[in-house]
Amino acid sequence: MGAKYFGARVERREDEPLLRGKGQFTDDIVLSDALVAVIVRSPWAHARIDSVDVSEAAGMPGVHSIWTMADLPDCLRGRQTPIQVPNAAIRQPHNFPVLADGEATFVGEPVAVVLADSRELGEDAAQMVFVDGVPLPVAADVGTAAEPGAPLMHSSLKDNIAADLVLQFGEDENPFEAAEVVIEETFRQHRGCCQAMECRAVQAQYDALTDQLTVWSAAQAPHMVKNIIVEMLGHDDGKVRVIAPDVGGGFGPKGMVYPEEVLCAALARETGRPVKWTEDRREHFLSTTQERDQIWTMRVAADRDGRLIAVEGDLVHDSGCAAPWGIILPYIAATTVPGPYVIPNYRMRMRSVFTNKPPTTPLRGAGRPQAVFAMERMMDRLADRLGLDPAEVRRRNMIRPDQMPYRMGLIYRDGSPLTYDSGDYPECQRLALAKADWEGFKQRQSAALAEGRYIGIGVANYVEGTGLGPYEGSKARVAADGRIEIASGAAPQGQGQKTILAQIAADAFGVPMEDVDVRVADTGIVPIGIGTFASRVTVNAGSSTHNASKSLRAKVIKFAALRLEVPEADIEIDSRVVRARGTNRSVTLGELRQFANGMPGFTLPEGLEPGLETADWFSPRQATYCNGTHVAEVEVDADTGAVEIRRYVVAHDSGRLVNPMAVDGQIQGGVAHGIGNALFEHMHYDDEAQPVTTTLADYLLPMAPDVPDVEIVHMETPTPLNPLGVKGAGEGGTIPAAACIVAAVEDALRPFGARFSECPLSPQRIVEVICQSKKVA
Amino acid sequence: MSLRDVSINVNGTDYQASVEPRLSLVELLRKKLSLTGTHVGCEHGVCGACTVMVDGRSVRSCLMLAVQADGAEVVTVEGLSEEQGPLGPLQAAFRRCHGLQCGFCTPGMLMTLTDFLTRNPEPTRDEVRIALTANACRCTGYKGIVDAAMEAAAEIRRAS
Repeated sequence: MGAKYFGARVERREDEPLLRGKGQFTDDIVLSDALVAVIVRSPWAHARIDSVDVSEAAGMPGVHSIWTMADLPDCLRGRQTPIQVPNAAIRQPHNFPVLADGEATFVGEPVAVVLADSRELGEDAAQMVFVDGVPLPVAADVGTAAEPGAPLMHSSLKDNIAADLVLQFGEDENPFEAAEVVIEETFRQHRGCCQAMECRAVQAQYDALTDQLTVWSAAQAPHMVKNIIVEMLGHDDGKVRVIAPDVGGGFGPKGMVYPEEVLCAALARETGRPVKWTEDRREHFLSTTQERDQIWTMRVAADRDGRLIAVEGDLVHDSGCAAPWGIILPYIAATTVPGPYVIPNYRMRMRSVFTNKPPTTPLRGAGRPQAVFAMERMMDRLADRLGLDPAEVRRRNMIRPDQMPYRMGLIYRDGSPLTYDSGDYPECQRLALAKADWEGFKQRQSAALAEGRYIGIGVANYVEGTGLGPYEGSKARVAADGRIEIASGAAPQGQGQKTILAQIAADAFGVPMEDVDVRVADTGIVPIGIGTFASRVTVNAGSSTHNASKSLRAKVIKFAALRLEVPEADIEIDSRVVRARGTNRSVTLGELRQFANGMPGFTLPEGLEPGLETADWFSPRQATYCNGTHVAEVEVDADTGAVEIRRYVVAHDSGRLVNPMAVDGQIQGGVAHGIGNALFEHMHYDDEAQPVTTTLADYLLPMAPDVPDVEIVHMETPTPLNPLGVKGAGEGGTIPAAACIVAAVEDALRPFGARFSECPLSPQRIVEVICQSKKVA
Repeated sequence: MSLRDVSINVNGTDYQASVEPRLSLVELLRKKLSLTGTHVGCEHGVCGACTVMVDGRSVRSCLMLAVQADGAEVVTVEGLSEEQGPLGPLQAAFRRCHGLQCGFCTPGMLMTLTDFLTRNPEPTRDEVRIALTANACRCTGYKGIVDAAMEAAAEIRRAS
C-alpha cells in the first residue's frame, strides 16, 4: 500500500460548490423565524457608562427586545469572559464581559443588543438607543501606557501591566562588556488586523424540547466556542453543538471566542427563537481582535567576525483591553527571536500592556513576524557595521544540521524544552540565494543606479514552532454504503483540509480518494478538540486521520478474515469490496459493516471490538519546527515612495508535503499578508484611541498588482515527531516577509543613507527619509 | 417604509419583488431570491465580493439599490454554469490553478473576470492584475487567480 495521494497535487474537493455559488457560509444559513441581532457599541475608548436608555428604540417597528447587561440572564451578569489561554505569569488576568458593565474600554465594545425582525429595522432602532456615559482618561498608546502614572485602561487595575517576565539562557555574566561589537536599536512594529473577506457571523438556535443549543459560527476553533458557551451559560456539555460551516478566511482572529457568540446563544435560549448576527466591515475594524503594536529595544553583542555572543531585548506588547489569549503573543515572539542562529547568551524582557483598544490575539504569524523583524534587522546592522555581506553574517551564525536536534535553552509555549527537531538552515539559505541570484545582484544594482533607478535586495530567515498539541482527534468508520468516512476535529477556513485529510485517509486505508468522505468543524461529530491555528492541523488532525485509518484497515481485515474464513494475510481490500486472495469469496465493505455491528446471539471473538469504527487522538510530544529563507528584490521610486517587488523567493522546509499545490497556495498567500505588513496595513488610532481607518479605502490591503508570483523552493526534511513527517506550512510565508522587504527597500535607498526601524513603510515615510537625506547633503 | 415593485431577470429567470427603496441589490439577491452565492464583504464598494453582471457589465451589488435594477438582466455566480452541468471554463480553471482557498471572494472574482475577458479576450498577466484591483482576496496572494484567468482566456479563445 504505497502513498498514492500523499505528495500529489490533488485538486481540491472543496472547490466545486464554492465556484458554483453553493458554498454555505454562516450568513447563508436560513433558520425560520430568526431574530436579527444588532449590537450597540461604545463610541468611547474609555468611559463610565451611567445608563442605557432603550425606551424610544424599544417601540420602533420590528423590534422584538433590547438587552443591556442588566437584562441578561444571571449567568452572564457581572462576569468577564474566561481567558482562553490562561498563564500563571499574568499578574492582572483581565478580560471583558459580554456587554459593557458600567465601564467601556474600547471603541466598539458591545453595550446593548437589539433583536429585530430584520437587520435594517434593528439598525434603525440601534441608532435610537442612548448610551449615557462620561469619558475617562484613555490609555491610548502602548508605549506611554506602560509608564507609571499612565491613565488606566480599566478602573479596577493598579497599572496597565498585564504581565512582566523575562526569558533567558546563557552562562556569561556580562557578555556585552568584552564584546568587540555592540549594536542597539529600537523597532516600532505594527501588524494591523484580520480582514478576512468574510466578516464574523453567528447563528444560534435553541430547542426547548431537547434542551439542545446549536450554534453556527464563522470560527476557527468551534470546540473553544463550545467550551466557553458551556462554561458561561452553564448549559449541559452534551447539549451544546457548535458548527463552523464554510468559513471565509480566519488568519487567527476567528480563533478568538467573542461576546457575540455567547450573546447569540444566550438570547436564543432566552427568547426561544433563532438569533442571527452578522458583523459588517466597520464592526470588523472596531471589534474583531487585531495584532497591532509592539515596541522592541534590541541589543546585540558579536565578535569582529560577526559571530553572535549575546542578544538581549525589551519587548512591549499591546494587549488591548483584555488578555483573551493570555501572553501567547509576546511569549511566542520572545521564543522566536533566536531563529536559526547559535546564540550563546539570550535575555528578553517582555511586558504585555493594556490599552483602550480591541484585544490582540494571534494573527497569521502570531508575534513571530515581529520577532524575526527585530532579529533580522539586527543581523543587517551587524553586517553593515562589519562591512560584511548580510547573507554571510547569517551563514556564520547558523545552527548546522549535525547539531540537530538542537536545544536552544528556552521552554516553548507547549511547556517542553525548545528543541528544533530537524532541518538544514544553511542549505535552505543557500538555495534561496541561488534561486534569487544573490551573487549577481551587485551588478544589477549598479546597472540600475546608472539609469537612475533604485533597486535593493533583502534576505531574512525564520524558524517557526508549528504543529502544537495537545491533540486533535479523528474518527474513521465504514459507512452503510461502504464508503470510508473521516470525522475530524479540524476546522478549516480555506486551507483545503478536507482534501488533505482525504488524501491521507485514502493512502492509509488503501482506497481511492473518491471513496473517502471527510467531515470537519462540528463538535457534534468529534466532541472535543482544539482548533485551527499555529499551523497545527496537518500535524495533529493529519496524523490522527492517518492512525485512525490504518487501524480501521486492520479492523476490516480482522472481520473480513473471520467472515470469509481465511487467514488475515489473504485478505485484500479492493475499493469497496474485500476479497480472499486465491478464492472467489468476497464481501462488500457495507456487508462487512453489518457483520461487524453484530447480530443477536452472535459471539465476537475475544479481543475484537464491534463496529467498523476507530478513533485516534494524536498528541505530539512537542512542537515541530519548520524553517525558511526569503529573498526580496525591490525597486523604489524615489519621487513617490512607491515600492515595486520585482522578485520574491521563498525557500522553506515544512517537512513532507501532503499536497504541494495547497502548500504553494499557503506560501503565496502568506507572502501577500507579509507584503501588507511591510508596506500597507496600518490600523490607525488617534490620541484618544478613536479608530481612524475603518473602511477598506482607508486601511489598505495588498491587491493583485502589489503581490508578485512567489518563486518557491521546497525542502522536505521529515520530522521524526509524527508518523507523516509533516511540520505545518500556514504561516511561513508571512513570518519573515516584512523583515525581508524592509531590508530590500533600505538597500535600494543606500545612496540616501536610509535606515528603517519600523513597519509598515508607507510611501510618505519613504519620501520623508529621502528628503531628510537630501537636506543633510 | 413604502414598498416599490421590482421586476428583475436573474440568470434567465424572471422575478417580481416588493422592496424597500433602501434595499441593496445584493440583499435582494441573497435574502429575497435566496441566491446566496453573491457575498457581502465590505458594503462600501471596495472589496468586490458582491460583484455581479447587470445588463452585461460588472457592478458592485452592495452599492446598487434593488430599485435601480428594475427591468435589468442580472447574472450572478449561480448563472455561470448549468446546475447539473460541468463547470464553466473560468470556474474550471480556478479549480485547476488553485485560484481559491476560502472561496468567499471567489464569486466576485469570477464575475469581474467574466466581464474583463469579454472585453479583453487576450490579456497579459499585468492586465489581469489591473482588472483584479476591483477585488480583494486575503487567502491566495492572487497568483492562482491570475493563472486561472490566463488559462481560461486561452481556452475560451480556442473554443470560439
